[in-house]
Amino acid sequence: MNPSPLSIHRWTPLSVASVAAVVGAQLLLVAVPLVFGANVVERLTTLCIYGILALMWNSLAGYGGLISVGQQAFFGLGAYAAIRLADAGFPVYPALALGALLVAVAALPMAQAMLRLKGGEFAIGMWVVAEFVHLLVNLDPLIQGETGTSLIALNSFDAEARRSYTYWAALASMAALAWGMFFLLRGRLGTAAQAIRDNEEAAASVGVRVFAAKRTLFLLSAFGCALAGALWVATTISFQPKTYFSVQWSAYMIFMVLVGGIGTFEGPILGAVLFFAVETAFGATGVWYMIGLGATALLFAMLLPQGLWGAIEKRFGLRLLPVGYFLK
Amino acid sequence: MTNALLQGLLLGGYYALLAAGLSFLFGVMRIINLAHGSLAVVAAFALWLLADRYGLDPFLMLPVVMVPMAFLGWLLYRLVFARSLRGGALTPILASFGLATVVDNALFQGFGADTRSLAPYIGDLAYESWALPGDIFVGQLAVLVFATSLAVLGGLQLMLSATTLGRRIRAAAEDADAAGLVGVDTHRIYGIATAISLATVTLAGLAMALRATFDPYAGPSQLIFAFEAVVIGGAGSLWGTLAGGVILGIAQSVGAHINPQGFLLAGHGVFLAILVFRVYGGPALATRWRNLKGAKA
Repeated sequence: MNPSPLSIHRWTPLSVASVAAVVGAQLLLVAVPLVFGANVVERLTTLCIYGILALMWNSLAGYGGLISVGQQAFFGLGAYAAIRLADAGFPVYPALALGALLVAVAALPMAQAMLRLKGGEFAIGMWVVAEFVHLLVNLDPLIQGETGTSLIALNSFDAEARRSYTYWAALASMAALAWGMFFLLRGRLGTAAQAIRDNEEAAASVGVRVFAAKRTLFLLSAFGCALAGALWVATTISFQPKTYFSVQWSAYMIFMVLVGGIGTFEGPILGAVLFFAVETAFGATGVWYMIGLGATALLFAMLLPQGLWGAIEKRFGLRLLPVGYFLK
Repeated sequence: MTNALLQGLLLGGYYALLAAGLSFLFGVMRIINLAHGSLAVVAAFALWLLADRYGLDPFLMLPVVMVPMAFLGWLLYRLVFARSLRGGALTPILASFGLATVVDNALFQGFGADTRSLAPYIGDLAYESWALPGDIFVGQLAVLVFATSLAVLGGLQLMLSATTLGRRIRAAAEDADAAGLVGVDTHRIYGIATAISLATVTLAGLAMALRATFDPYAGPSQLIFAFEAVVIGGAGSLWGTLAGGVILGIAQSVGAHINPQGFLLAGHGVFLAILVFRVYGGPALATRWRNLKGAKA
């Protein structure tokens, strides 16, 4: 038998360069609070949180084939867990991560039930979960219903230190989640997930453990969204259940991933940056801004469902952060 | 308590009416239309506008609004669902979510945050009730809504089982490719099905606006109630949707009877409990039952 003329590759010179560039950029971003003022640091913290949300929504939708309209459940719970832990006297910054971890543990039984739902049923089923969890959190006397409360423990830091710590926490979280996903997707889980995304029945028939792979992605997404919520409460300090459990977060996540490129690794990051730019430019217009977001998501679903990065990837065969393989 | 049960039953009629179009569309196309609730609010605003500006009776204006809504449904399939289905089975969910965001916020832009109701435009019917023994009062409007939901679900069922169109819809729902092979224009059938769904949405919008108040952001919660009714009753089954609506209505009504905050909690709680039961309880119990029967035989 002749050896095949084709060989399998993962890296290209370009992708090696771009991974190096991303690592370099992340290291440079660490220095931002030392160089720039309060406004820039706060905006970049927001961008990191959007990045986390986009990556996490995409890990479910793009790789698990699970569209959720209820990830705000974890976003809100993450913030709530941080407040509860801080109220119990736990140091506030570790409480952000520990709270997210606890939310992921709570998401395990949820995964067992919700992952039996298919397609649109899973999508709105998660929304019901978010509404239910919202009502339960409202019952906690510490939260005082819709009045809400604040992460008062943060007052022990002065404003500038708090801003920098929160920024570093957000940057570290985004980088850790992104690289974590990068390596997960390059391994067994990535292969399984992409098989599921392309055809669930076929994947199961060749021995992919579909449920286990989906559950891993569900828990990862729950953890990441919870961490994003905890970081959000660390930047805004105030916790009003209504804003945290709002379906608007789902609208944001869908916008970022759909515009950036669902099921690609680079797409959601691009989507988060675009969303951040759009929000900075038009966020003040309120209702029209939301109309614009919805209309853009609608148009992308209709006309360019693979998103901007999906289109670029197809057109130029570009892979900057390689999680797949190609033949040469 | 009897009163809470009875009121819950009637509330369930409203949910069944709201869910009829969602259930029908899901049964035919396997699409869950996330703009379903928002479109009911659109119909409600159209009826309100006609009543408020021109003093036109909401019941008389029902056909006037229903025809454009049905046309809107046909457009919705042609422009949004058919196109987004090319991106995969999940893309219509995203498209309809985008549409719902646009509709809700556009309504807010147009009508502001005020809550509205059609109750002032229908005279005594809004509050007339029948007295039953045991100091129980049954609102005439609630009974009318319940009867309408029976008529809509029965009508859809009859149409599916007894007409040519119904046979084509069932064929397209069963296997679109095979239906296409034997000469059914599935594209057209899906368009008609979405139009029918939105015609029922008009009725639901009218019922919503008559029985209580509504505002531009009322859509999502209506969608959730409708969806809960569909899933509790077993997705895609029309009479199941009625049962699901009634179970949801009774849960909410009894929940509110126990605690003022219990209305929503009990509704969502029952929905989630039924989901969990289906995963853990249902199949496990069925297996045990089979084993029991096997042991006897």
